[in-house]
Amino acid sequence: MARKILLEHIDVPGIQTFEVYRKMGGYEAVAKALKQMSPDEIVEEVKKSGLRGRGGAGFPTGMKWSFLDKKSDKPRYLVCNADESEPGTFKDRYLMEKIPHILIEGMICSSIALGARTSYIYVRGEMMYVIKILEKAIQEAYQAGFLGKNILGTDYSLDLYVQPGGGAYICGEETALLESLEGKRGNPRNKPPFPALWGLYGCPTVVNNVETIADVPWIINHGGEAYASIGIGKSTGTKLISACGNINNPGVYEIELGITVEEFINSDEYCGGIANGRKLKAVVAGGSSVPILPADLILTTASGEQRRMTYESLSDGGFVSGTMLGSGGFIVYDDRQCIVRNLWNFTRFYHHESCGQCSPCREGTGWMEKVLHRIENGHGKMSDIDLLVDVAKKIEGKTICPLGEAAAWPVASAIRHFRAEFEEHVRHPDSCVKKHLHREMAHAH
Amino acid sequence: MFSESRLSQIDEIIKRYPEGRHKSALLPVLHLAQEDHGWLPVALMDEVARILKIQPIEVYEVASFYTMFHLKPVGKYVLEVCRTGPCCTVGAEELIQYIEDKLQIQVGETTKDGLFTLKTVECLAACGTGPVLQVGPEYIYRENLTPQKIDELIDELRSKG
Repeated sequence: MARKILLEHIDVPGIQTFEVYRKMGGYEAVAKALKQMSPDEIVEEVKKSGLRGRGGAGFPTGMKWSFLDKKSDKPRYLVCNADESEPGTFKDRYLMEKIPHILIEGMICSSIALGARTSYIYVRGEMMYVIKILEKAIQEAYQAGFLGKNILGTDYSLDLYVQPGGGAYICGEETALLESLEGKRGNPRNKPPFPALWGLYGCPTVVNNVETIADVPWIINHGGEAYASIGIGKSTGTKLISACGNINNPGVYEIELGITVEEFINSDEYCGGIANGRKLKAVVAGGSSVPILPADLILTTASGEQRRMTYESLSDGGFVSGTMLGSGGFIVYDDRQCIVRNLWNFTRFYHHESCGQCSPCREGTGWMEKVLHRIENGHGKMSDIDLLVDVAKKIEGKTICPLGEAAAWPVASAIRHFRAEFEEHVRHPDSCVKKHLHREMAHAH
Repeated sequence: MFSESRLSQIDEIIKRYPEGRHKSALLPVLHLAQEDHGWLPVALMDEVARILKIQPIEVYEVASFYTMFHLKPVGKYVLEVCRTGPCCTVGAEELIQYIEDKLQIQVGETTKDGLFTLKTVECLAACGTGPVLQVGPEYIYRENLTPQKIDELIDELRSKG
């Protein structure tokens, strides 16, 4: 069994409660952070750990923290990004639902490091039941003296609140999240200035993902070097991977970064192999926004090495023959799956979720959706395939926030690796794979 | 339009934010407003603006941006089925069709008895346990759905009335 940091106690009965979480060693990191360490020392340990943002971008967390404007006399804020809504990604919801105190403890430790006196957890509104779980956990932490005034008898005070979102994928982008938290439409801001200088209410702010923050207590308890000793190279520690699609065991798994993709897909400890004895066709390894890879390239890099579950190995080959670890949303497709149909579905998602602020994204996602819809429904032209590539190129890099790239990359990569399937749709619209798939599903019902 | 207890709850919410930043309370207050009234008529949004001391347009533009807020009347229970990739991979489209047939309504419509509205939503972060839907007004998730589970859910909600 692999080492666990976040999910070590996930199966302990009652771990949702403060009492049981505390019995399992919970909140020890808060005491250590307050009584044995300075805020700078905590930041240093996080830097040493090599922890990278677990929301998708993978930016070094300690470095992000160190950018916080210390000269400013304004209040500082820590905001947790719990607006999880990237298709394929469901690990933060799992963590918050099953072991909410690990996030609360992480928020307290991280707030101490950053000098924040008020922190917020921005949770997507759809997860109302998770919001209630978190609010209960926060209340327990207040009652036990780990939140509020003079925590554990020190002069450090912290208030922590949950902010419900309203259902908008774009609010997972950190500046859109801050706009939303300020009570506005979730339109991303131009960067720079970055939130570390100009964040919530114009004050220095750090926005971190749920999983990132939940890793902090372990780093404080065991030290940054211990964390860095897990994993390979710059991919240190463990990572939650949410696996779904045509596999035997969909679910959330904590892996040590560095295991092979093949092991992750086929091992009984994780995905348990492709369902129904089918053949692997393709994988989206890091949430819907990352490039899709066909079976051969997800298992082996273009240079012939076994592909590993690390930031570096998954991106080996760039976007020509590689992809990204992203948020860890691992979607597996078997050989029945229609790439065109799945791509159309994702593009519809990005069109629906575009905030509409930048024309290339607002219009381009809609055009891609329409073109894909007509190809999928038997009205496509051969020139539509290059048209899609062209539109994707005209969105990429031309928008305020990365939603443009998130919409463009799946299109570009699907056509790069599965062009023949698009051409087949145009040539023989009635014989596409989806018909077989749908027939099988109808029988299953 | 808000009860006394709701107004005091809103006062508590406003305290979560720094002085003068009460606009931050807008999303939580809109959720409460919708919980009480089922949807957000203009008069109710105007009341929210008055309470938060902001312009009505600031409420309208936010309410119309986020998909969770209903700007038209909906049924007592809103069934919102995830229609995004991973859920479709495991049969969400067929399930939507099943609910349409069962309730004799199309996506976006409400049953004649005013009990159910059927909507589709984008990814609910339940891709490993799809197909999934959320049931408003409580926004409870129902996962690993099958036609049989849909039948049971609809019977359960009908029995609540």
